Amino acid sequence: MIHIENLSKRYGQNVVLHIDGLEIAEGESFGLVGNNGAGKTTLFSLLLDLIQPTTGHVTSNGINVSQSEDWKHFTSAFLDESFLIGYLTPTEYFKFIADLRGVSPTDLEVFLQPFAPFFNDEILDNSKYIRDLSKGNQKKVGIAGAFIGSPKVVILDEPFANLDPTTQIRLKNLLKDLAKQKNTTMLISSHDLQHTVEVSNRIVALQKGQVVKDIQTDENTMSELENLFAV
Amino acid sequence: MFQRFLYLRKKEFLRNPQFVGNLLVTILMAVNYFFFSLMFLIAGIVLPMVITEDSENNPFTQFGSTIETICAYLLFYFLFDLVLRYFFQKFNYLNIKPLLLTNIPKRKIVGQMLTQSMFSVYALFSYLFFIPFFVVLLIDQPQKIAVLSLAIACLLLAQVNNFINLFVNKNNTVFAIIVVILALGIAANYFDLINILEVSRAIFYPFYQYPGLSLIFVPIVILLYRAAQKMILSNLYLDKGVIAQTEKVNNLNVSWLNRYGKIGTFLQLDVKMLTRNKRSKSTMLASFLFVFYGLLFFTGFSTFGDSGGMKMFAAIFVSGGFVFSFGNYIPSWDSAYYPLMMTQNVTYKDYLQAKWWLMVIATIACTLIGAFYIYFGWEIYLMVVSAAIFNIGVNSYLVMLSGAYIKTPIDLTTNKNLMGDKSAFNVRSLLLALPKMLVPMVLYGIGAILYTSWFGSLLVALAGIIGFAFKDYFFNQIQKVYQKEKYSTLQAYKRK
Repeated sequence: MIHIENLSKRYGQNVVLHIDGLEIAEGESFGLVGNNGAGKTTLFSLLLDLIQPTTGHVTSNGINVSQSEDWKHFTSAFLDESFLIGYLTPTEYFKFIADLRGVSPTDLEVFLQPFAPFFNDEILDNSKYIRDLSKGNQKKVGIAGAFIGSPKVVILDEPFANLDPTTQIRLKNLLKDLAKQKNTTMLISSHDLQHTVEVSNRIVALQKGQVVKDIQTDENTMSELENLFAV
Repeated sequence: MFQRFLYLRKKEFLRNPQFVGNLLVTILMAVNYFFFSLMFLIAGIVLPMVITEDSENNPFTQFGSTIETICAYLLFYFLFDLVLRYFFQKFNYLNIKPLLLTNIPKRKIVGQMLTQSMFSVYALFSYLFFIPFFVVLLIDQPQKIAVLSLAIACLLLAQVNNFINLFVNKNNTVFAIIVVILALGIAANYFDLINILEVSRAIFYPFYQYPGLSLIFVPIVILLYRAAQKMILSNLYLDKGVIAQTEKVNNLNVSWLNRYGKIGTFLQLDVKMLTRNKRSKSTMLASFLFVFYGLLFFTGFSTFGDSGGMKMFAAIFVSGGFVFSFGNYIPSWDSAYYPLMMTQNVTYKDYLQAKWWLMVIATIACTLIGAFYIYFGWEIYLMVVSAAIFNIGVNSYLVMLSGAYIKTPIDLTTNKNLMGDKSAFNVRSLLLALPKMLVPMVLYGIGAILYTSWFGSLLVALAGIIGFAFKDYFFNQIQKVYQKEKYSTLQAYKRK
């Protein structure tokens, strides 16, 4: 689904990302782990054509993301709060995204139903603008928004950060379900090894912009990763 | 302690994201500040000379003595100063937050903030004007002590303005009341009910007549300082002044726009953006006020208004206030969520067209509101209408084009910096604004000289219609520019 070739990003002399090659299969749930500054967000920004690569390119479903915009039809993402529109209520935000992705209001309602426990009654009562929600609730809105219109590729940066424990578990179950159906290619980055291992069937670890580990998850993955990151 | 505050202030100033990495902007701003300082300084030196000049053409002789003449205009100065401060001066409440947990007494933090406000750029400009102004007068006038008294009154009044603005700052209602009083005053003056100059003279002249009187401002400033300190101290809690209040949702139903497809979706978003954010509300208010800009020129209030070219200049603003104040910052309005826009399956064309329609609607609305200009003759209203056509057909593209290059992130939730945005209202955008007004002025001038005013208006309208006819071509070109600028725009919006 996603094919990365000789991809690098350099700021001045500083190489923040260099990946010789990486193939992400369709339906794979791909976990990206690494310390601060490892290049996780840079990689995601490159996949979404938000920054330009210094060398190499990314193709998504055969489309070079920096040449054509057709990848936008089947891709969605939530990287940070700049993917939210602060002066809308959550419902209006979902409606806006749904309109852009051609999802009808009834379909949107059906789509949002399974999110009800995830939202915990705080999101859909429409009494607040997104900018006035807490960080955790904002994150919930962004994550739910990213799944509207059943995109084939979903990219989430640090989805577990800022969430309360209950929501973390719910989100984990949600992502696991989606992973099982194998329709959606999911790319998730996290600092939380445990969560990532649970929801992903493949883990890639980045260190200083390089891929240092690329493994299918099994019972040993956790200890392997712990060894890698233990200093 | 004071040094540490100063250190923070210096870093804040020098590391302002709009400075860093953009040498040109820095230079322009420095030139800007230098230019204004110089203007005030020169005005301070030259004005007393102009006023005291003995000539028959001198309009300042109606009040007898020089000092009385000065007093007659001082009220204007301070009102103008107040309005200027209201729009531009910022108080850094939010910068206090990280200091709250340090072992600096709150009283000191607040005192520091107030002291800084007393020596802000606005006070500085005032002093740059007043000090040379009164020095010249002191040399010139025999009543040294009386002049000194007036000088003290003026310098302290500048501080009173500072505190008034601080109290008014967060309150639009108070500002509205002041504006209404001002408007009534101007109206009363216009209809000869009162003479504002006379009022101003009556207020300020006593400070000259009775030199001790100006000292009453000393306790007033101290009291205002105390009151401000008290007000801010009681607001230094996270659920009060330090963080923004949550607002109630305003439910504006614009779902009928749904039928216009993706453009409709964006229009709905824009309408919500305009009505729910302080900054955009100020912009709308400004565009509305521009409708009345023509009054200055068409009523002969301004002496420039006599030439046809200047009338066309005014006509452009009557309907174009929104085009200029909104259009110039087109992608910037969406700066807070630009990455979202760039990853959704939308084309730049849909996105830009929605903005364009918004400008068209606003222009038509302003033209309709401006129908009262018919009172000044059909010729005038024809100018307004043809200027509106030009705004739609030509200027709307030009502003979108300049918008692509301006790249100043807009913080929608603050309404300060409407025009004083560090780089928003800069020389660059001013330069870009010039052709938008000069072209119709020249076209009108050619038509009016060759034939009549009607013909001049017709030429302007024609240019607009031609621009409109090539809409698709222009949109494709603008789209290309936006695409090319995409990455640097995203980068620029990250620095808030």
